[in-house]
Amino acid sequence: MAETHSLQDLQQPAVSSKVFVQRDYGSGTTCRFQTKFPSELDSRLDKQQFEETIQTLNNLYAEAEKLGGKSYLEGCLACLTAYTIFLCMETHYEKMLKKIARFIKDQNEKIYAPRGLLLTDPIERGLRVVEITIFEDRSVGSGR
Amino acid sequence: MSAVMITRKVRKWEKLPGKNTFCCDGRVMMARQKGVFYLTLFLIVGTCSLFFAFECPYLAVHLSPTIPVFAIVLFLFVLAMLLRTSFSDPGVLPRALQEEATFIEMEIEAANGNVPAGQRPPPRIRNVQINNQIVKLKYCYTCKIFRPPRASHCSICDNCVDRFDHHCPWVGNCVGKRNYRYFYLFTLSLSLLTIYIFTFDIVHVVMRSVDNGFLNTLKETPGTVLEVLVCFFTLWSVVGLTGFHTYLLSLNQTTNEDIKGSWSGKNRVQNPYSHKNIIKNCCEVLCGPTYPSVLDRRGLTQEDLPVPVASAAPSSSSSSSSPVPQTTHAVLCLQKTKAPLIPNKRTPDDAKPSIAASAQKSPSPKEENPPAPKAPPLASPEMDVETSINKDKTH
Repeated sequence: MAETHSLQDLQQPAVSSKVFVQRDYGSGTTCRFQTKFPSELDSRLDKQQFEETIQTLNNLYAEAEKLGGKSYLEGCLACLTAYTIFLCMETHYEKMLKKIARFIKDQNEKIYAPRGLLLTDPIERGLRVVEITIFEDRSVGSGR
Repeated sequence: MSAVMITRKVRKWEKLPGKNTFCCDGRVMMARQKGVFYLTLFLIVGTCSLFFAFECPYLAVHLSPTIPVFAIVLFLFVLAMLLRTSFSDPGVLPRALQEEATFIEMEIEAANGNVPAGQRPPPRIRNVQINNQIVKLKYCYTCKIFRPPRASHCSICDNCVDRFDHHCPWVGNCVGKRNYRYFYLFTLSLSLLTIYIFTFDIVHVVMRSVDNGFLNTLKETPGTVLEVLVCFFTLWSVVGLTGFHTYLLSLNQTTNEDIKGSWSGKNRVQNPYSHKNIIKNCCEVLCGPTYPSVLDRRGLTQEDLPVPVASAAPSSSSSSSSPVPQTTHAVLCLQKTKAPLIPNKRTPDDAKPSIAASAQKSPSPKEENPPAPKAPPLASPEMDVETSINKDKTH
């Protein structure tokens, strides 16, 4: 039994805690997250890096929800085809969501995972929060 | 006591809380009560069928063949909009998972400070400033989240819906951020269709009466009477509704806000979401970006079902000294259209094992929902699993 436990420990570091970055509704219902640096990440991450990540995320969501010529054209075209065009075409928002997913994966690989953190894509939490999982510091004990 | 774990892959819609019904393996999402929706469908299809059967042949010959063609196009558009409104996710906000709910609770308690015993804690409200207007965000005790602005909890569907407009029994679904434009286009096109059929019914009766006489006309095309009746009553309600929603659209308000009088102007409260420009408001709602569903209904997740095994079980080892891990994972990919959480009848024994199902369960590597030992986020389905397992055993 003990072996099973340590095997599991090696496979997956224990979760120490989770931080939730909330939405910023200052400019309306558009998707924006607060750039306030959570104190729990103080020991792990640079304030500037965190702000950069969140700011880029905010920019990507802003682009997805932008009201402009392109979105109006897409909307009108879709309406004329009784929205059947979405059976074959991806919406602009969906394309941006894929871009955001790639960005988060990239950030996790380069910045967050080496520091024992994990960003969760906000779409998996209903676009309500950016969940940052803080893993236990691996340098303390190996559980072997 | 040992337990055999059966891990099966389920679609996420099967585990969603709330009172929605799902069809086509999660592609279709509706409210539970669908009776009025079937009535709507019946009225539209029935009336149009009568029109195509009785009026169209005469009008195509005596007036123009474009009349039935346009009617067909309009009819198909109405149906498409109705089905799109009824079957799509209105913008349901998923409930908070356990950790998020705990985090929010801790924040609330920190903000409230020490509440003297016997006193009620202050209401859970967050103030946000949007475009120089203070908006209060209320806490939803069911979903355990602070509702975003303009979201509201639908008691019929038991979900928080973003930009909640109203729950419409005629379409059998809530109307919210994602399907408001389809709902509006449905009411608009239905108004046009009703006016169209009504007008051409009258034209047809007049034209035919000139030749044959009024009573003979009614005898030849009895469907006309029924159509005129249906259209007459539909006209007043649907055209009125379209007018009301056009008004709301131009002000960028929801029915919910209108009923509550959120932006009625008293106390100098103004709608912070309005662009103060009718065209821009309409364009944003009707031609704005199409928001994706955040529910991921058809995503796969794992569900662990603890199936207790009596100690005399031959196949799966119950002795603790066995090198084989105690949990055997039989991954069953089951795709069902209904969501029974009762495990299939492949439990090795139907002898009465003890209820200590949760006795020894090592946590499975990774899954969306945490296993039963931790407080599950979707409390009710997990409980149903346990009780249904218990029910199964007692047979």
